[in-house]
Amino acid sequence: MDPKVETHVLDNGLTILTKELHHVPLVSHWVWYRVGSRNETKGKTGISHWVEHMQFKGTPKYPVNVLDQAISRDGGVWNAMTSLDWTAYFETLPSHKLDIALDLEADRMLNSLFDKEETELERTVVISEREGNENESLFRLGEAVQLAAFETHPYRNQVIGELEDLKSITRDGLYQHYRDHYAPNHALIALAGDFDKQQVVEKIRALYGSVKKRETGDVTPIPEPVLKNSQKIEIEGPGDTIYLQLSYRSPAANSDDFFALTVIDSLLSGPSSLSMMGGGGVSNKTSRLYQALVEKDLAVSISGGVQATIDPYLYELLAILPPEKSTDAALMTIDREMTRLQQEKVSPQELARAVKQAKALFAYGSESITNQAFWLGYASMFADHTWFETYIQRIEQVSPEQILAFAQHWLDPNRRIIGIYRPKNNRN
Amino acid sequence: MANQPETLKNLPGSQNINRFTLPNGITALTFNNSSAQSVNIFGLMDNGARLDPPDKLGTANFTAAMLSRGTTSKAFAEFHEILESRGASLSFSSGTHSTSFHGKALAEDITVLLDLASDGLRRPAFPKDYVERMRQQLLAGLAIREQDTAEIASLIFDEALFPGHPYGKPVDGFIETVQAITRQDLVDFHTRFFQPQDLILVIAGAIEGLDVRKLIETYFADWQSTPGQRPSLPAIPQAPKAIVRRHRFIEDKSQTDLILGTYGPSRKSEDYLPAYLGNNILGQFGLMGRIGESVRSKSGLAYSASSGINAWADGGSWEFSAGLNPENLDKAVRLIRDEIERYISEPVTGEELDDSQSNLIGRLPLSLETNAGIANAILTIERFELGLDYYQHYAEKIRAITPQQILETAQKYLHPDLLVITSAGSGKDIP
Repeated sequence: MDPKVETHVLDNGLTILTKELHHVPLVSHWVWYRVGSRNETKGKTGISHWVEHMQFKGTPKYPVNVLDQAISRDGGVWNAMTSLDWTAYFETLPSHKLDIALDLEADRMLNSLFDKEETELERTVVISEREGNENESLFRLGEAVQLAAFETHPYRNQVIGELEDLKSITRDGLYQHYRDHYAPNHALIALAGDFDKQQVVEKIRALYGSVKKRETGDVTPIPEPVLKNSQKIEIEGPGDTIYLQLSYRSPAANSDDFFALTVIDSLLSGPSSLSMMGGGGVSNKTSRLYQALVEKDLAVSISGGVQATIDPYLYELLAILPPEKSTDAALMTIDREMTRLQQEKVSPQELARAVKQAKALFAYGSESITNQAFWLGYASMFADHTWFETYIQRIEQVSPEQILAFAQHWLDPNRRIIGIYRPKNNRN
Repeated sequence: MANQPETLKNLPGSQNINRFTLPNGITALTFNNSSAQSVNIFGLMDNGARLDPPDKLGTANFTAAMLSRGTTSKAFAEFHEILESRGASLSFSSGTHSTSFHGKALAEDITVLLDLASDGLRRPAFPKDYVERMRQQLLAGLAIREQDTAEIASLIFDEALFPGHPYGKPVDGFIETVQAITRQDLVDFHTRFFQPQDLILVIAGAIEGLDVRKLIETYFADWQSTPGQRPSLPAIPQAPKAIVRRHRFIEDKSQTDLILGTYGPSRKSEDYLPAYLGNNILGQFGLMGRIGESVRSKSGLAYSASSGINAWADGGSWEFSAGLNPENLDKAVRLIRDEIERYISEPVTGEELDDSQSNLIGRLPLSLETNAGIANAILTIERFELGLDYYQHYAEKIRAITPQQILETAQKYLHPDLLVITSAGSGKDIP
């Protein structure tokens, strides 16, 4: 029933994925670049994200305001996001307006101005974005945990970058990063919605066909598949809330283990939707950790987070505790549940529930055209689009034995980071 | 590409919304969307935090949270086992005017949603241990709110703009008021203010071939109302007569959140659409309109700076907000007030108007793309009595608005010297 995804690769390496869906007169067009914080080196953290900002600052053909107007005036929404492994730009708009989006993205792959004055104005905007993040206790805790979780791999850095780097990165540095990574062989176009695929592929060929390949000169980071030991990071700050974060190494997204983790996450703390484009979630009140922590009054909430990444990253659990509660008690309880996963096989009923939950989330997430195109491109950043198409199937294949093995290897209490944020002046 | 009439045919309207009322007063609206696999149920119960006792602010919110904490027929665990084993969700929340719920499931599980929604609304058990557990969760939420610069700036903005009025009070209450609420308060609030005639129920999703009316009757028809009076909302206080400035110190913050604004039109007012369209030009279009252009793009002062209209049944607010380095606070206030001055002094240009009209009309189908979007849109037209064909005529209505109308509406509400300005972050309190 689902329409087929078609792949076209131009001679210059540009990959085009199309999925025609005609139930609404909309189209979502995404351009993905294989560059993110994973490609950043010391002194340059945050540069990919800042480049993303500069992509909204105009080209000779589409000066800054024209660019804005072009998409917005016809009811399109457009935005961009930078992550660990990728940077993505999208426009979702009425189908008869697709040409403007195609033209605009092709233009800014090559011709963004990186005007000096605009670069300086954007420096303070990006610093302001970071300061907004710093306002959150959880950002501070997450930043400290992430730094401790990797020795050399760039996943240790925040996508937003270090303040020092944001102060010192230059216009020319930004431009170089742009020129190195914004090339057809590092890019992928994903389209979903109401269009004719042949026509669209021809249009894209006409727009990008003459753009040359480029090599980045990036050094591929060395994956860090295991944490060498257990560390405890404690930070203090204002407020009346304790945050307890546990970070375990997570497998690369393109591995069977990743699907075992997806099921485990669902069992432990409720299913999380991988979609960054909404669609909604399912609550987690019957999950093992909710039952053990919240229903026993050891914490007021528990959540888990899996991210699909190229290299091994982090599986995170976050518990929120009132100030008078004991982090040790919460931690012991979590460890007891981890031990249970390592020793007892999960029942077929629990597995079936995780599958049904994944199916439901998948159905909700598929309702929007934007999400459909998102998934195609997203999956291609760490695997290929079949990853998305076989997602449910691979979750169905996860066996109790695999979960046992996963828990024993990846959820080892001696290989993890414990992060605790404590209120420094408890009012009680 | 779909042509215009085809597009209209698919938008919610009297031709595809099935609206009916049950003898007990429940209003239901259903919409079939066979391109999706899910079903969404939205409900809106006319009650909400406006009915909170002043010393027990947060009662409506606490009550709503308890509706999914066990009923007289299903314990907490069973209630959520039914939902979560199906990948379904159902949550209750409350606002100033209402308690609302949103349920979502695969289409095959529609009866499960109706059953649980009905059970939660009508037969909550308020189990003692869950009342205390929920209190801890709500208090934790309030403790987190205390550290959130944007939330606190907004809270003290509402207090200063609507002194003594329910619009000026936080739906989630305060630590002291939530501590004061007893289980009996929740039971009483529920008994008094949950009545079938106050419920609007909207279902959107893959419901083709289902007798949805019959399903709704199965779970809701035997709900009888109990007679009782409810207090009416007091009059909205006078608009600010000068600059009212408030600041709340919050320790250890890199960024200060700013909110500045005044009254806006109610959702039912004739002024709403001209204000809404005008505000799109002022603080939304493209990269946050004129405000974004001035504060972010041209000055580099903030990552986010925009304006918005909050319109409720009896009134509303027109708010400008930005997150700023404390050093740039005064400058941003100046820039925003300059933009307000300009906005009330000269009509928007024809080009700006045309851009924003196209933007609002063009993005309507996008907001109606998912079942949740459709259900929410239908709820809005029912709640604010906009008429079943509101979306059918939306484009004409937007196109008919003139620069002069936008200017007159702006002058009615906005003035750069009559504003509430609040902020939260570093620096001494301004009480």
